[in-house]
Amino acid sequence: MEFTEKQKGRKHMAAKSLSPAGTRKKGVGAMLKRDFMKYKGIYALAVPVLAYFIIFKYIPMYGITIAFKNYVPTKGIFGSDWVGFEHFMRFFKSVYFKRTVLNTLIISVYDVIFGFPAPIIFALLLNEVKNNIFKRTIQTITYLPHFISTVVIAGMIIDFTSQNGLINNIIALFGGERTDMLMRPEMFRGIYIISGIWQGVGWGSIIYLSALSSIDQEQYEAAYIDGANRWQQAINVTLPGIMPTITILFILKIGGLMSVGSEKILLLYSPVTYETADIISTFIYRKGLLDMDYSFSTAVGLFNSIINIILLSTANALSRKVNETSLW
Amino acid sequence: MAVIKKSAGDHIFDFINAVFMCFMIVITLYPFIYVVMASLSVPKLFLAHTGLLLRPVGFSLESYEAVLRNPNIKIGYVNTVFIVVVGTLCNVIATAIGAYVLSRKGPFWKGPLMFIIVITMFVGGGLVPNYILIQNLGLYNSLWSLILPGLISTHNMIVMRTAFQGIPESLEESARIDGANDWTILFKVIIPLAIPTMAVISLFYAVSHWNSWFSAMIYLKDKTKYPLQLVLREIIVQSQVSDMTTMDSYMDRYAVSQTVKYATIMVATIPILCVYPFLQKYFVKGVMIGAIKG
Repeated sequence: MEFTEKQKGRKHMAAKSLSPAGTRKKGVGAMLKRDFMKYKGIYALAVPVLAYFIIFKYIPMYGITIAFKNYVPTKGIFGSDWVGFEHFMRFFKSVYFKRTVLNTLIISVYDVIFGFPAPIIFALLLNEVKNNIFKRTIQTITYLPHFISTVVIAGMIIDFTSQNGLINNIIALFGGERTDMLMRPEMFRGIYIISGIWQGVGWGSIIYLSALSSIDQEQYEAAYIDGANRWQQAINVTLPGIMPTITILFILKIGGLMSVGSEKILLLYSPVTYETADIISTFIYRKGLLDMDYSFSTAVGLFNSIINIILLSTANALSRKVNETSLW
Repeated sequence: MAVIKKSAGDHIFDFINAVFMCFMIVITLYPFIYVVMASLSVPKLFLAHTGLLLRPVGFSLESYEAVLRNPNIKIGYVNTVFIVVVGTLCNVIATAIGAYVLSRKGPFWKGPLMFIIVITMFVGGGLVPNYILIQNLGLYNSLWSLILPGLISTHNMIVMRTAFQGIPESLEESARIDGANDWTILFKVIIPLAIPTMAVISLFYAVSHWNSWFSAMIYLKDKTKYPLQLVLREIIVQSQVSDMTTMDSYMDRYAVSQTVKYATIMVATIPILCVYPFLQKYFVKGVMIGAIKG
C-alpha cells in the first residue's frame, strides 16, 4: 500500500496508485505528480485562488521596487532606471517628512490613549447593566454608527461643525463663540478622534463583552466572600480576565499605528488644515495619484510599511515577555 | 451560588451607569434625528434657525424632491446595487473555494500556501503599485476594478475555513464514494452545512461594498459609473449641489443646498437603517467567530 509521508486520508484513491515496492519514483517532480493524482480536485480549485493572490497581492508587492527606480509608465517596471535610495532621501530631507510623520504619530497616539480604552470602558459599564432589555437596546443603538459609511459620517461632521451647524449652535447656546471648526488646524485631531470614538465605541465593545461573559462567575463570588467591593472586584477579577483580549487588540493597534485610517481624513482635511491633518497615507495619495509622482510616493509607502512591521514586531515581542500573550 | 447583596454604593453606581447609558443612547441617536428633522424642514426657516432641532422647522418635502430629481443619485444607486450583488456573489464563491482548499486534508504544500496567504494580511503593495496594476490589467474605469482586487478577504476566508473544518470528514468521504468531485462536494455538501457562516460573511462583504468609495474614486473616470457613496461625496462633502437646486435667488439656492445635503444623507442611509435591525445579530455573531479564531 502506498502512502505519502504526510497525508493519511483517501485510502481508496491511494489504492489506485498501487505499485510494487521499490519501484516508487523519487524526486520532487514525481512527488508532485503523485500528489496531483491524489488531489486533482483540490489542485484544480486551488489554481484560481492562488492566481488571485499572485495577481492582486504579490505582483503589487513586486511593484514596490519602483520605489528604487524612476518609474516611467511607458518603460514599465522592468525598464525603468534604478536610482537606489534617492526617493527615500528626498522624503527624509523634505519639509513634509517631519509634518507627516509627526501628524501620523500624534493622531495614532491620541487614538491609543483615548480611542483604545473607550470600547473597553464601555463594555465594562455595559456589562454591569442588569436589565436585559435595556442592555440590548443600548447595544442595538450604539452598534449602528459603525455601519454608516465614512462618506455620510464625514458629511455629517462637515455640516455639524460648520459655522451654523449643530455643534456651533450648542456652543452658542452656552455663550461660546461660533467658529468653522474644520478650518482650524488645532481642532482637527480632536474632531477626528472624537468622531472616531462616537462611531466605533459601540461596535468595538462587542469583542470585550464576549470576553467578559467568559469570565467564571465563581471568581466573582470568591472575591465577594473575601470582602471585595465592586470596584475591587473589577480590578482583581474582571480586568485580569479580559487582559489577553486587551493585549492582542492592543498589539494590533500598535502595529497599525502608522497607517492611521486615511479615508476619513481625506474627506475632512483641506490645505488649511494640512499642518495637523496631513498624514503619511494622505501624503502618499496626493503625491502618488494626484501629482503622479509614482516612485516617490511608493518609497514613502514602503517606509511606512517597514515602520509598521517594526512596531508590530516590537509590540508583539514586548507583550510576549510581559504578558505571555502574543500574536506569534 | 451565593447571593451578592448590593450596598448603597452599588445602587448609586447602577443609577449613574443607567444615566450614562441613556446619555450614550441620546448622543448616538441625536445626530440622526437632527438629520431627519433638518431634511424635512423648510429651507429658509432652517437657515434662520439656530439651536437644537427636535422637530422640523416648518415641514417641507422639497429637499427630498430635489434629491430625487438628481439623476446622479439614481445612477449611483444602480451602480452600487450592481456592485453589491455581483460583487458579493463573486466574493462569497471565491472565498468559499479558497476556504475549501485550505480546510481539506490535501496537497503537501497546504501549509506553505496558508502562510503565503496570511502574510498578505500584513504586507501589501501599497497605493501606487496597486494603481499601476489595475491600469496594466485594463481594469481602469471599469466596475470590475472595484470587485476583483478585493475578491478574497483573507480574514473572511480564515473564518470560513474554520467553519468548513468543523464539518465531519465522513460526510465528504461518503460523497466521494458516491462519485462526487471536489466542486460538487463544496457546493452540495460543505456550503449547505455552513449556511450561518456563509450568511455572515456575505453580509460583511455586502456592507463593505455598499460603503466603499475610495477605490471608485481612484479607478473610475466616468460619472455614469460612480457608485452611490461617490455621488454622495460630491454632494455632502464637496457641496456640489448645483444639479439639484433650481431656484432663482441665491439665498433660496443656498438655503436649499443645506437641507438638500441632509435629505441626501437620509436617502443614502435609509436602506442601511432598514436592513440593520434584522441583520444586527448576524453581524455580532460574525465578529465573535472572527474574534475567537483570532
